[in-house]
Amino acid sequence: MTHHVILRVVSKFLIPLIALFAFYVQFHGDYGPGGGFQAGVILAASVILYALIFGLEEAKKSIPPTWVRVGMALGVLLYGGTGVATWLLGGAFLDYDVLAHDAAHGQHHGILAVELGVLLAVSSVMVTIFYAFGSRQPDLTDEDW
Amino acid sequence: MLGTVFDNYHYAVVIILMMTGLYTVFASGNLIKKLVGLSVFQTSVFLMYITIGKVMDAQPPILEKAKDYALNVSGNYTAAAGESGGGGYQFVTDIAYSNPLPHVLILTAIVVGVATLAIGLALVVRIREVYGTIEEDEISAIDYGYNLEGTSR
Amino acid sequence: MDILPAYPAWLIEHGAALAVVLPLLTGAVCAVLRSERAAWIVTLIVTGACAVVSFGVLLTIFAGEVQIYEMGGWEPPYGIAYVIDGLNAPVLFLISAIAFIGTLYGIPSVTAEVEPGKRAPFYGAFLLCVAGLLGMVVTGDAFNVFVFLEVSSISTYVLVAMGASRDRRALAAACRYLILGSIGATLFVVGVGCLYMETGTLNMLDMSRILSEIGGGSRVALVGFGFIVIGLGLKLAMFPLHLWLPGAYAHAPSFVTVFLASTATKAALYLLLRFMFVVFDPSFEYDTAIITYVITTVAVAGMLLASLQAVYQTDARRTLAYSSIAQVGYMLLGIGMATAAGLSAGYLHLINHALIKGALFLALGAFWYRYGIMRVLDFRGLGQIMPWTMGAFTLGGLSLIGVPFTAGFVSKYNLAMAAAANGWWWAVGVIMAASVLAIIYMGRMLLVAYFQPPPEVDGEAVAKNEAPLLMLVPMWVLAGLSILIGINADWIVHAADGAAMVLTAGGGVRP
Repeated sequence: MTHHVILRVVSKFLIPLIALFAFYVQFHGDYGPGGGFQAGVILAASVILYALIFGLEEAKKSIPPTWVRVGMALGVLLYGGTGVATWLLGGAFLDYDVLAHDAAHGQHHGILAVELGVLLAVSSVMVTIFYAFGSRQPDLTDEDW
Repeated sequence: MLGTVFDNYHYAVVIILMMTGLYTVFASGNLIKKLVGLSVFQTSVFLMYITIGKVMDAQPPILEKAKDYALNVSGNYTAAAGESGGGGYQFVTDIAYSNPLPHVLILTAIVVGVATLAIGLALVVRIREVYGTIEEDEISAIDYGYNLEGTSR
Repeated sequence: MDILPAYPAWLIEHGAALAVVLPLLTGAVCAVLRSERAAWIVTLIVTGACAVVSFGVLLTIFAGEVQIYEMGGWEPPYGIAYVIDGLNAPVLFLISAIAFIGTLYGIPSVTAEVEPGKRAPFYGAFLLCVAGLLGMVVTGDAFNVFVFLEVSSISTYVLVAMGASRDRRALAAACRYLILGSIGATLFVVGVGCLYMETGTLNMLDMSRILSEIGGGSRVALVGFGFIVIGLGLKLAMFPLHLWLPGAYAHAPSFVTVFLASTATKAALYLLLRFMFVVFDPSFEYDTAIITYVITTVAVAGMLLASLQAVYQTDARRTLAYSSIAQVGYMLLGIGMATAAGLSAGYLHLINHALIKGALFLALGAFWYRYGIMRVLDFRGLGQIMPWTMGAFTLGGLSLIGVPFTAGFVSKYNLAMAAAANGWWWAVGVIMAASVLAIIYMGRMLLVAYFQPPPEVDGEAVAKNEAPLLMLVPMWVLAGLSILIGINADWIVHAADGAAMVLTAGGGVRP
């Protein structure tokens, strides 16, 4: 791991920025274009870039596949759980109005929780797909680059 | 005649893409090429939805806050305090907005398309591991031999 | 017997959403579970709960209500509404009940056919498939139909491919199914797009209102109709579009084949009915033209040619798969008549065929489980070595042929009567001819099973070895039901007539 110094240095600098941008897209989704889908893909892109530069094994060490699998389920559960919560509070499925004291705040809380679920699910699925395909190939040796 | 075509050029693009994709799916024996064709085919539909959402001379569908002088124009929507979370903003509604609904639908369809593609590629990887080829006619030939092997017992 | 008051009110009120959401969420949980036994128990509980809920909903529909559930509290046509009426309530119950019965069968079958590490995710994918099919049936929003169609299809591709650990041809079959299935779903969504251009709404009831106000609409609606019919035709294995079906049925794990054969094509057929008779109305010229000329032709071709292909298959599951395509032809023939009696008979055959094919494929799975038998030639002596399993298979087979006092007889008789009442005497002949072909392909299996001695291993006849109880119970429930319907069909004909009433409500169908 002594080659491509430039690649490694630049990506080390870029990866946190990409992740940060993902969160910007996520939370700015309330006010402008953005939201869980896009943010999830961007977040996954930062992990995938890391895996591309430092190798799949390194990436799997920092983000274990088990976490990612749990993340998938957790994302769906967060989305569905919001719906179940609205049921328990007496509304229809995913009727955010009942989540807070007034409808506007309820909608706000509801969409926040749901988009978080989407972020978690989408980014985990993307990383899982990459792991699944990546681990099918023998790792490139340093010289093959 | 030609004018109609140029006025509706986006439909022409959609149709060309759709037929290209469909032709690729049917004409090529390589499974990866088939999946590429399938993606092109699906993309044409995304394009169709997105183009029908566009309204001529309309702006993106984000509510414009009303200026002070625009407050009294009739037809303006006056948001009640607390509603829409804006603390009593007033919005102009007599401008033409593009239709956001098709975009939202297509976001879903794109995700579905990605999922299909991922499953398809995963299947092709497995097929390649098991059969050693991704050409459909070769796979059929191998399967045919396998079937005959069973019956000659 | 009045069970409805035993249901809590909220269960019925949220029933439509509950039936979809429960399997969707637990499917995600199952995908990460480690223990296959835990995943099986979760699946059993959830599918059981879905069956209970949808039975309650079915009872309220029989009491004459129409349920409209507003997702997220947004009123239709702005929000997505789930609409349950006489047309989809029986299909809803059918799917969830078959899922429950199939899950019982899962423990022995999945343990035998799927790799150990993949069994818990297998149940997860199965639950997602159930959720997708239930969602397809229950939703009243045209685009939502597409989403659920894809949820169920994508999980089906995975389920079919899981058969690879037993038979590698499952991979090629799944890949072919994926390509054709995606084309079908995409064509469907093009059709929905055309309808949206024409009407400006996605809510099916709203669409139907607007379309009838503008008298069927312009060429855009016509094009949309064509796309929807072809797209759904691919999904329901309408005759020339059936190429994915035999491979997928023959090589998938038997648990999956049972579920697919008895529900997946049925849900797509329900959608075809919904679009042809409720969203579009037969009073539109193009709708009637396609129903009378295209659907009927395709139905007749499917009944005869697919039955003929079934006769020549060596693999038992392939025989039954081709027979399924032929049976879809019967249902389409009922639709093609476009009379209330024909629709009712077609709908009846939809339900009966689900029960019959379920029982048959369950029995085939048991044969494979005990002896690894897939070819018809190997059925020798099964009547003696697995008498109970073969008994259920025989009942199912007789019902498929249409022997009196079986479910198949009831629906074929109703279909023939409807054809005669419509003046289509040739259709009666076609039904007879297809039934004769069914006698040949089913009779071939039964003859081998009962009139040939069991194979000998080392000079001794193979010992009697019955399928485990968890396999026997589901297949006898389904086989018994098909006999029960054959003896007293009033209740199920009542359900089919209710569905036909919804279909004819638009006024374009002759009574």
